[in-house]
Amino acid sequence: MSVASLSDFTAAPAKDKLPPVRGYWASVGNRLRYDYLTLFFLSVIAIIVLLAIFAPFIAPFDPTKSSMAYRLKAPGFRNFILGTDELGRDMLSRLLWGGRTSLLMGIVPVCLATLIGGALGVTAGFIGGRTNTLIMRTMDVIFAFPSVLLAVAISGTLGGGAKNGMLALTLVFIPSICRVAESATTQVRALDFVEAARASGGSTVSIIRTHILGNVLGPVFIFASSLISVSILLGSGLSFLGLGVEPPTPDWGLMLSTLRAGIYTQPLLCALPGAAIFITSLSFNLVSDGLRQAMDVKS
Amino acid sequence: MKPMAETDFANPLPINTEDPGGRQQPMLLVQSLQKHFPIKSGILQRQTGAVRAVDDISFSVLKGETLGIVGESGCGKSTLARLLMHLIIADSGTLVFDGDPVSEMRGISLRDLRKNMQMVFQDSYFSLNPRLPVRNSIAYGPIVHGMGKIEAQRLANDLLNRVGLNSEIFGARYPHELSGAQKQRVNIARALALTPRVLILDEAVSALDKSVEAQVLNLLNELKRDFNLTYLFISHDLNVVQYISDRVLVMYLGQIVEIGPVEEIYNKPRHPYTRALLHSRLSMNPADRVNEPPIGGDPPNPINPPSGCRFRTRCVFAEGVCESMQPKLDNVAGDRHLAACHMTNPSSGHSKATS
Repeated sequence: MSVASLSDFTAAPAKDKLPPVRGYWASVGNRLRYDYLTLFFLSVIAIIVLLAIFAPFIAPFDPTKSSMAYRLKAPGFRNFILGTDELGRDMLSRLLWGGRTSLLMGIVPVCLATLIGGALGVTAGFIGGRTNTLIMRTMDVIFAFPSVLLAVAISGTLGGGAKNGMLALTLVFIPSICRVAESATTQVRALDFVEAARASGGSTVSIIRTHILGNVLGPVFIFASSLISVSILLGSGLSFLGLGVEPPTPDWGLMLSTLRAGIYTQPLLCALPGAAIFITSLSFNLVSDGLRQAMDVKS
Repeated sequence: MKPMAETDFANPLPINTEDPGGRQQPMLLVQSLQKHFPIKSGILQRQTGAVRAVDDISFSVLKGETLGIVGESGCGKSTLARLLMHLIIADSGTLVFDGDPVSEMRGISLRDLRKNMQMVFQDSYFSLNPRLPVRNSIAYGPIVHGMGKIEAQRLANDLLNRVGLNSEIFGARYPHELSGAQKQRVNIARALALTPRVLILDEAVSALDKSVEAQVLNLLNELKRDFNLTYLFISHDLNVVQYISDRVLVMYLGQIVEIGPVEEIYNKPRHPYTRALLHSRLSMNPADRVNEPPIGGDPPNPINPPSGCRFRTRCVFAEGVCESMQPKLDNVAGDRHLAACHMTNPSSGHSKATS
């Protein structure tokens, strides 16, 4: 809020007692400012992202360097703050590095799917008719498969690897985002201001850019942000099944899978990557919930 | 609204003074305009019928006049407005704008028509983009037609001031921060942004409460004088139409039943439907209490309109000829007052027919 509305306020003549003009995003920001729960989890996400970005500088050990002598040690053993895994690699370093791949698995597919699904949805919604039927029924076919099964099937066909995993997840998310964009566009398209824009002589592209996108972006953005946690979980699931990230690259899901063998010797170790996944996806979920609330109110 | 300062008119607003057709040429000539919305049903989506929203309508709008269009809900008033704006495409019929046929060879293009003819919608809330400051909504049209962004914003500010909204306070606001009347003022400013010659006002004041309705009506009258405009004023409010119109067109079930100068229509209505419509107005005089509805029932289904005269099912004077023959819109008094009723045509065979 602060900057834009302050300048507007000073620009308005002093004789008018009207409240300052506040833009839509400024008012959303203002509401978020008093939503402490969302702010807290937003900072949790920020910390996780920063830790992942600066993993090379923070991590005390090489995440791939193994040691036969120190396998499956409890947290606090020598210099290993969080212990070691089944190949004697430092758990803390692996968790920090693993955050990179897990966050990528969470964010990249959702961003790609938002771009592709959003474009398809807006096109289908705005043009309508046969184009709409063609696009939306195609999406329904993909949508008919359970998302986990579909992700497993696609990445299984394409082969393992982080890239193929992300591609699979992108394909899984496109239909649902497309559907949200389509329904939002269909609603907006029928409103009088779109008719008025057409009456003013606006072209299709210009109307979509000026009048449709601004109204569709909100719901799509909220929905997409709620998918990030799903994507992290699905990505971890793929890695767990050996279809996502390949060892020895650290990844939370993969760590969960490999540490399974040691669950009876060191149950706490096995819980660590699980806790990382849980905290991250919970944070994303709650932040997207807060965003939805902040963006919902019109006045 | 507070009075405007002199400085608000620092730069004069552009006024469209073009008149290529000359004074005598009607601004709009509508000929046999028709729009049937198809009804599709069954698995194969075959057309099984049609809603005859606008059925063979012809009329003209003179330069500088205000033509009021009245009729019950669902009689095709709004469809007619959207057909004129080409927001929906007519099945058949021609539109001649100041001597130039629209979107035909040697005529004017749709783009030019829309520049010269603008529309104000009924619902002031949904006719403004909730995500755009109102100034940008006004500037959109001129920008689309090639005006620079800064220049368009300045024009938008001037127009806001002209319609009685201080641009410094209201320009950057979003529609949800404005009242209904303020939004409708913005809508009027938006329609004026392309310097049109014709303004179609589709129930433009119907959603406003009475006190601000009068303000907006006065504003419309002022703008008409200052901007050299021609109005098509669509409304179901007969008093408002009487106040603002020069001529009135009465529609029933997709057709014109009567058209003429406002005094003649209101004082000497010739069509039974017009009479019933005028009787439905409530009087300020308690002695003129109306206990019975002047007209019974609902309009018939426009999918299957009655044969002959469409009003015959509700008309107290209906006779055999009304069922068998459709009355033509014809002169009743002078060449400016026309009605479509067998009773006004001495040769129709109706028992009450007079000349």
